[in-house]
Amino acid sequence: MATFFSRGFGGRRRVAEEYADRLPPGQYVETGFPVLTAGVTPRIGDDDDWALTVDGMVAEPRSWTAGQFRALPFEAIHTDLHCVTKWSKFDTTFRGVSLDVLLDEVEPLGAFAMAHSHGGYTTNLPVEDLVDGRAWIVTEFEGEPLPRAHGGPVRLLVPHLYLWKSAKWVAGLRIMDHDEPGFWEANGYHNRGDPWREERYWND
Amino acid sequence: MERLTTFAPRAPGRWQIGTVSAIRRETPRVKTFRIELPMWMPHLPGQHYDVRLTALDGYTAQRSYSVASSPLDEGGVELTIDRLDEGEVSTYFHDVVVEGDQVEVRGPFASYFVWRGESPALLVGGGSGVVPLMAMLRHKRRTTPGSTMRLVYSVRTVEDVIYADELDGDALLTYTREAPDGWTGHTGRIDADLVATTGISSGTAFVCGSNAFVEAATELLVDVGFDAGAIRTERFGPTG
Ligand SMILES: Cc1cc2nc3c(=O)[nH]c(=O)nc-3n(C[C@H](O)[C@H](O)[C@H](O)COP(=O)(O)OP(=O)(O)OC[C@H]3O[C@@H](n4cnc5c(N)ncnc54)[C@H](O)[C@@H]3O)c2cc1C
Repeated sequence: MATFFSRGFGGRRRVAEEYADRLPPGQYVETGFPVLTAGVTPRIGDDDDWALTVDGMVAEPRSWTAGQFRALPFEAIHTDLHCVTKWSKFDTTFRGVSLDVLLDEVEPLGAFAMAHSHGGYTTNLPVEDLVDGRAWIVTEFEGEPLPRAHGGPVRLLVPHLYLWKSAKWVAGLRIMDHDEPGFWEANGYHNRGDPWREERYWND
Repeated sequence: MERLTTFAPRAPGRWQIGTVSAIRRETPRVKTFRIELPMWMPHLPGQHYDVRLTALDGYTAQRSYSVASSPLDEGGVELTIDRLDEGEVSTYFHDVVVEGDQVEVRGPFASYFVWRGESPALLVGGGSGVVPLMAMLRHKRRTTPGSTMRLVYSVRTVEDVIYADELDGDALLTYTREAPDGWTGHTGRIDADLVATTGISSGTAFVCGSNAFVEAATELLVDVGFDAGAIRTERFGPTG
């Protein structure tokens, strides 16, 4: 319960009631698509330059070239996005391959994953958060190839966690038997990042 | 000379109620708010605080603001806020908050876009992106004045210069819209010539501003030879 009130604050950006239950605490609705990246936007070259690897503690490590990846079953993902910097974006559409498909092929033996990206970015996730139709590797946003600033040509999408978990320019996932903080998690952000529990920073 | 920051960033603070002890107008659109904190803890230059506003019916809004002050200014933090006309939180600060008001904040947060004594360090800011860079510059001036740090600061017009009376020999300005009369320095966007004038061609770079500004500036730094891995960025959302 809030016990403190801000003198003279009425609140301007109220969310329409029909959307209120889709907005996690502490978030506001954004209609644009802000870009937040820790460093330089990497140049990954053209579309066929990338591959995706899932290795580490798995029965069968695998790597998919862009061509092989495109032959996998794609699906449309309709979802809301939540960024730890306080904005949420409703009703976005991506296309990509479910992590269930990829993980089935490698058979994870460990319970934790580290996503790693071109440019050196990393983020950690429990394998639990990657399965059951809740995580994808996506290549399209709103019917277009994923823009470079938003992680194109290929990014991870885990919309039920804050967006920093959805690693841009993803190069692969390493399955591990232990948890380890990734880039932002080592720099003050929460280890898991559930927007509904407002897991923003270390001791939230 | 004062001590260099020696602490490691700890788990950040809980929500606390600070008191606005001073408000300084920086430009027609920008004000600095000094907030005294009952549970102050030192920050690293470049870290931010979160601010939470709560209306009487329980509606809340939260935003992040970089700390502008050096951690050697103990007991409080200075936040410099750009007023966005349609904004919710920035307009509240500009139009409602007066000295003596209480505000709810917590921090400091994030330990990546922070200066830990790196030298040489090139700071590149656009608009209100200068705020965390100013914390670095102020801290550097007080702790290690002999180390190499320079600020390149892009503003539209002379009216938009934040911290104008503190921009000294270690800061280079460029006016992108309209330079003041008699200006002999750089005009237009930050380019290779301007970066060359700093004498810093490698080392760590900190770039902060709108996304478009950060994209353009980081591309330029990579082109003039900075290692992409040594360029850290902070982006203040889509506007700017
Ligand atoms: C780490 C970090 C540090 C930051 N540091 C600083 C800092 O030092 N100084 C600073 O000034 N800012 C800083 N920011 C930005 C700051 O957090 C806020 O985003 C900024 O103040 C705008 O908030 P607001 O509530 O005023 O505007 P919001 O209400 O969030 O609106 C933002 C803009 O979007 C437009 N908009 C949004 N919704 C609507 C709508 N429904 N209708 C019409 N227009 C709309 C508004 O025109 C407005 O200009 C920082 C951000 C981050 C992430």
